[in-house]
Parts: sequence; C-alpha cells; structure tokens
Amino acid sequence: MSLTDLRDQLAARLGRDGIVTDPAHLRTYECDALTGYRVVPALVALPRNAAEVAAAVAACARFKVPFVARGAGTGLSGGALPVADGVVISLQRLRRVLEVDPVDRRATVEPGVTNLDISRAAAKYGLYYSPDPSSQQVCTIGGNVAENSGGAHCLKYGFTVNHILAVDVVLPDGTTTRLGADAPHQAGFDLLGAFVGTEGTLGIVTGVVVRLLHTPATVRTLVANFDSTKDAGDAVTAVIAAGIVPAAIEMMDNLAIQAVNATVDAGFDPDTAAALIVELDGPADEVEARFADLTRLCAKATEVTIARDAEHRAKIWQGRKAAFAAVGRLSPNYFVQDGVVPRTRLGEALTRIAEMGEQAGIRVANVFHAGDGNLHPLVLYSEERGEHERAEALSTAIAELCVELGGSLSGEHGIGTDKACSMPRMFSEDDLATMRRLRAAFDPEGLCNPGKVFPTPRLCGERPGPYRPHPLEAAGVIERL
Amino acid sequence: MAFDLDRALLDECVHCGFCLPTCPTYAVTGDEAESPRGRIYLMDLATRGEAPVAGPVTQHLDSCLGCLACVPACPSGVKYNQLIESARPQLDREVPRDRFFRSMIFTLFPYPRRLRVAALAGVLYQRLGLRWLTRRSGLLGRLPARARALEGLLPPVRAKDLFARTKGTGTGQTRGVALLTGCAQRVFFKPVNDATVRVLAAEGCRVDLPKGQGCCGALSLHTGRDEEARAFARRTVDAFEGYETVVVNVAGCGSVLKEYGELLRDDPGYAERAAAFAARVRDVSEVLAELEPVARRQPLPLRVAYHDACHLANAQRITRQPRDALRTIPGLELVEVPEEKICCGSAGVYNLLQPAMAERLGRRKAENLASARPDVIATGNAGCLLQIRRYAEGGPLIMHPVELLDWSIHGTAH
Repeated sequence: MSLTDLRDQLAARLGRDGIVTDPAHLRTYECDALTGYRVVPALVALPRNAAEVAAAVAACARFKVPFVARGAGTGLSGGALPVADGVVISLQRLRRVLEVDPVDRRATVEPGVTNLDISRAAAKYGLYYSPDPSSQQVCTIGGNVAENSGGAHCLKYGFTVNHILAVDVVLPDGTTTRLGADAPHQAGFDLLGAFVGTEGTLGIVTGVVVRLLHTPATVRTLVANFDSTKDAGDAVTAVIAAGIVPAAIEMMDNLAIQAVNATVDAGFDPDTAAALIVELDGPADEVEARFADLTRLCAKATEVTIARDAEHRAKIWQGRKAAFAAVGRLSPNYFVQDGVVPRTRLGEALTRIAEMGEQAGIRVANVFHAGDGNLHPLVLYSEERGEHERAEALSTAIAELCVELGGSLSGEHGIGTDKACSMPRMFSEDDLATMRRLRAAFDPEGLCNPGKVFPTPRLCGERPGPYRPHPLEAAGVIERL
Repeated sequence: MAFDLDRALLDECVHCGFCLPTCPTYAVTGDEAESPRGRIYLMDLATRGEAPVAGPVTQHLDSCLGCLACVPACPSGVKYNQLIESARPQLDREVPRDRFFRSMIFTLFPYPRRLRVAALAGVLYQRLGLRWLTRRSGLLGRLPARARALEGLLPPVRAKDLFARTKGTGTGQTRGVALLTGCAQRVFFKPVNDATVRVLAAEGCRVDLPKGQGCCGALSLHTGRDEEARAFARRTVDAFEGYETVVVNVAGCGSVLKEYGELLRDDPGYAERAAAFAARVRDVSEVLAELEPVARRQPLPLRVAYHDACHLANAQRITRQPRDALRTIPGLELVEVPEEKICCGSAGVYNLLQPAMAERLGRRKAENLASARPDVIATGNAGCLLQIRRYAEGGPLIMHPVELLDWSIHGTAH
C-alpha cells in the first residue's frame, strides 16, 4: 500500500518528530479557520527547511499521493483543507527571516514567517512590509502569496502581488525553481504574477523576497460616525471622487462595533449606525492639506474623532482587525463572507444586503474595506436554533449579489473550497478551462491542493457547508479517523 | 473515559488562530497540537468521546505551560484558563503518569520544613564540591532528565538563610499589610521576602507576617491536584483573616490567591470568605503603585531587563506597575527584550515534569535576554528567577524588582 510506503519514506527523511500519524493528532489539522469543512489527512509532514519540503513533495509525487500546503491555518475559504488519504505539508517550522536589506529595501524570508514579523524585522531601518491582512499577526507570508492577500492599507499600496519580488517554489513534481528576480521588470512571461494568488495549486513556496517600504513620515487617522451605512458609503464615494487616495478607508456597522467594543477599548461609539476609519499617510504638509479636505467631505458625519496619538491609533486598528473573531461574542455561529462591489454601488449593496437579511430573519454585521468596495458581511446564526441552512443560503446569495452588481466573488479570502461551486457565476466555461490549462502546466497530475478553486462534480454535488456526518457515519457503518 | 468539560466554554473558540504566535510551545514546535487552538480542539474531541483522553490528548495538554499568554490575545474571549484548569484534575485522576515523581514533588515543595532539610542537602552538595564533581565526571549527563532538571534548578542558597525567619515590622503608619511568605519562596528566596518587608516599611507600611500560613496551593492547582489546592487555600484564608491587604511577591502564588473565590465556590463554609480574601490580594508591585514613593532612592546606573512573569502579565494583567516601580530608581534604564511575552519555561513545576521543552524555552529566553545586554534581569516570580538563573548562568545578576528597590533605598545589595 503506497501510503504506508510513503509514511516510511517521510519518517526516514524527516525523522519521527517530523511526521504526524496519530489519529487524534491528525484531527487538529482537519480544518483551517473555516471550520465548516473538515477532512482528516492521512499524514502531516512538518519539514524544517526547503530541502525537506522538496523531499516531502517528491515523495508524494512518486507515490501519486495528493498534498496540501498549510501555513498558520487562518484562511477563511478552506484553502488549506486536507485531502482524504493525502498529506498536509506544514510550513510552520520554516520561520526564519534570512535577510533584511535596507539599501535595496527588501527582505528574504521563509514562508512560515508571519506577515507582521516581517515589518518587525524591518522596523529598525524605518521600513515595513505593506500588505496588512487583519490576521497579520498570525497569518504567514507563504499563505499571503498563495491567496494574494489584501488588507486595509491595500487601497493605496496594492495587494501582495505588488510587493513580492521573487519566490522559491517546490513544483508539484518535487523539483525546485525561482520565479521572479532582482530586477523590477523581467522580460518574458510573468510567471511570478501567474503564481501569486493561485491558492497553493501550482506548488509550495519555500522562500519569499518581499519589497519593503519606508514607514510614512506622518500618519493621521480619524473615526467618523454616520446615521446610516448609506451615508457612510456615500462619504467613501465622495472622498475617492475628490481624488484623495487614503491609506485606508474601513467601515463598521453598529453590530460590528458592538462586537469590537467587547474586545478592545478603542472608544468606538456603541450607538452609531456606522463608523468610517479613514487614514492618511505621507509627507506632513500633504497629509495636513488632505486631512482638511477629508473632514469637509465627511460633512454628513454626526461626529468625527481624530486619533490622539500612536497608541490611540493602534487601538483603533487593533479593534478593527479583531472584528471577525470578536463577532464570536455576539453569536455562537457565523459565516464570514468576502465579496467585492464597484465602489459607486456600495450604498446600494449595503441596502440590498440589509433587506436580504431581514427577509431571512438573520442578522448581518458589516465590517469591510470600503475604499476598494471589498465587503465582509458577517452572517450571524445559531446552529442550535436550526438556522444553519438559511444563513448559508443568505451568505452565498450575498456573494452572488456582488457578482451581479459587477463585482467579484472574493476580495481577498480566496475561493478555496468554500466558493468553488460559485465560480461559474463569475466565469464562463472558457475562462475556467483556460485557468485549468495553466494549472495543468504546473501540475499535470493534479496532486497539488486538489479540489480547490475549480468546481468539481463531487464537491458541488455534495452540499457545501459545515461538517455534517455522512449518513453511513451516523449509522456507525464507517468512521473518520 | 471522556472529558467532562463545559460545552459553552469549548464553543467560544472560533478557530481563528490569533493565539498561535503567543504560545511558547507552538513557537518551539510549529505543531498545531502544541498550540492553544489545537489543545482546545483536542479537549473538544475528548469531550465528545471522539478521541481517547489517554495518549496524545494527555501528552499535548501536559506540555501546556499554563502561561495563559493566549488568553489576552483571544478576540473571542475564550477562557482557556478555565478549560485547562478543569481538564487537569481529570487527567490527574484518570491518566496515571509519573506518579512517583509527582508525589515526591508534592510531599516536598509545599512544606518549608521538609524542603529546608532537602535544601540543606543541596547546600552541602554544592559546598562539598559534589556539584563540580558530578558535572566534571560526566555523571550529570547520565542522570535521568528530571533529576538533571532538579539539580540544575537548585539555587545558590546560604545555609544561614535556610533556617532564619523573615521578620515583620510594626512601625509604618500609612498602611497595614500582611505578607505571604510562601513555601519554596521562604526557603529559597528569604532575601526577597526580607527586601519586600524593608521596602514596604520604607514606603510607610506596617508589615505583618501572619502565623499559620503555608503553601497557597498554586503548585498543586496548576498541576491538576485541585483537592490538595483547596486544603491549602482554606488554611491560607484562615491565616489571613482580618487583614485589610494581603501582599504577595510571587506571581504564581498571587494569581491563585486572586482565584480563591472561584476555587472554593462550592465550599459553603469558605465560599464567601474566600471571595472576600481574593479581593484583598495585591502583588507587591500593585501596592507600590498605589503608594506615593516617599523613601529616598539612590541612583543605580544599571541596564535592567524586566521579564514579565506569565502569572503577573497574563493571569493578573500586571505589566505596568513593576516597570513603574523600577523607573522610580534614578539612573536605572529599562531595556527592551525580544520575544518579551514568551514564557521562560518555568511554569510552576513544569520544568521538573517537562524538562526537555522547559530547557528549549529556558535557552531561548536566556538568549533573548542576553541580546539586550542587561546588567540585571528583574522578574517577580520565584520560578522564573530559578529558571532564568539556570540558563543565564555566569551572565547578569538576576533579581526580584523589589530587591532592586531595596538596593536603591538602603544602599546595599543584600
């Protein structure tokens, strides 16, 4: 049996401490931060360096066993969901910052380094790594490359893809290569651009060279309260239309603020219908001038608070970035949705979402990157009260509403397992076939994170959603180990 | 056997992973099962009866330091402290392991008289050159890991300190306080207790040392021996009856004293008194923060690395007060240390029960502290003092913050 042989080979190469085979232990790897989907892998490998990752992938390729790369397991689309009878390759032992080069403003890091640790390592040179997913203190750069992660400040500075200079990759056959190079512009096909954001389906990253930016000279942050999410949405449109490019514009509605206030004391008004967090950064005189324009454009705001100092600003962001998990305090269960609408249709989208929530009798909290129209409706429900299916239908309907309004199925969390079945809503058969051909060029055997991104009959024939025991499982005929 | 854990507590975890970077064992291993999220997952499986309690579940819960760094980091407010504290007694009852070593620890450490005799043997061992001999001869390397851990943690104690008692002082006017002198603290850290009394007296306090006090039960509680812990707690509540403020200079003890209300809530004779007692407990740094500094301080031109004891920073959320107290010393410079929130690996008797992980964390902590080039490492917990002394051997001085204050106020380092 090939799995046993594979296990023996991996144990020989990685050591007893480098693989996980115990059934209970394996179950801690059965899901990422989207717990609705759970599959127990046959084996987990914990390599310590790039050579061991390559050896693990080569062994999987030899035995034709599928494998899934896993970082910190903070993904919200089930992108690191294991494959049954497959191997999970964890990158959490590759956590070294190899080099920070302040002259050329770049850092070379291993994939398990957290997003925030890159900025920490660069801080002493007055530099930082710009993309800032809300989970930046936990999520790792390898996962950021796979998902092309965004974050609040991507409005001004761009997504992960704009900040990666090169990646070292283990291809699905176990060979290694480097995509990208030192020069900012490469002749020929942009394979690095093709690789970033493919959700771990083209290979496993074992080293990343990131671009670092100078820490802005001045940062000013304000929190503006509004009587409705529509007023707040209109203010966003007005700010962008005036030609101001803030570092970030984030919106939270009342429900989200309630959740955040229970976690972090950042001084958000518990009674306001909606709040915008707007941040400007850059040279001091530019920021001052723009800040005056900004306050004028927030004319409909009922109250505007300006962050007093760096500590206050840190609290505001800490609150905003803890919002998803903080919603756990409002509701026992919830779905985190992620979609994009054209900015000009923000107000309309929010109104429609509120109506849909009301019709379904389900609360929806909103906390999102308003500046680029990246919505994160949080659909709150109770498993116990049997609201699961209604909530799930509502969540999917919201994502598809985004597509209908001319937007996108996902802004930054990825398609993963969760939205694979919705892909045909956004892409034609030809589009999907083209993507599949690119995938096959890297991974002809289909071993690298299979079942993600693309709709498959098996996946989409089954009911998606939280783990439910298979009828045979419930009857005690089969069991998951 | 399945776990009996509160379903509501388990369900609070939304699996977001924000706890991962705070967990020392995860920092070392990178293994999900060695993280708070993974441990909650295992506790959940064992509660549902989907995984046996014995085996990996026990192994990964035993390897938890109980440092609670994950608790303040959790956006969903998961009470990991309550989960692990209710899991540990069940493990202790249901999964027999290292019975002999555990009972050796718990018949020795909580009892100062017995510990003094054992410590005297230790002093002889050091004085007669036996320590040198075991280390040089290679015998040390052949001892079992746990015996090695015991040997390595043995602090340099003076024989005359072993049998002398800390005395209270009756002169202060501002505030009357009662000091918990501890069990192992009393034997190994009499100088810290003495310094505490002198500093509080200099700041205007009357310090009493109530008779009849002993071990507070912290070591037992943190190892899952909850019945034993309750017996110690009752005795402590009795001994401190009538005192307005109970001062403690050991972080691990302080955090448990403050939990007495919870610990004895099902004991009709003690529930109310225990809760009232808990409300009167203060770490010495809290008392100093509440008092206006009156004693004149002489300058100490030292670079000091303050190490947050987990049971101060995470369990009691005390991080500012000890630093503020140290800043009252002219000339003293507090230096920043990398990974300051990662546990040193002491964690009560963890470094005796899990010597391999404790050693990795101890070395990591010592390296991080050394990188800040301090003259003194200051920390407010007996366990941390022992652990850091072991791995930072030959480096900077290792002191309780109150000893530095004593030095500044009274002009001599004791």
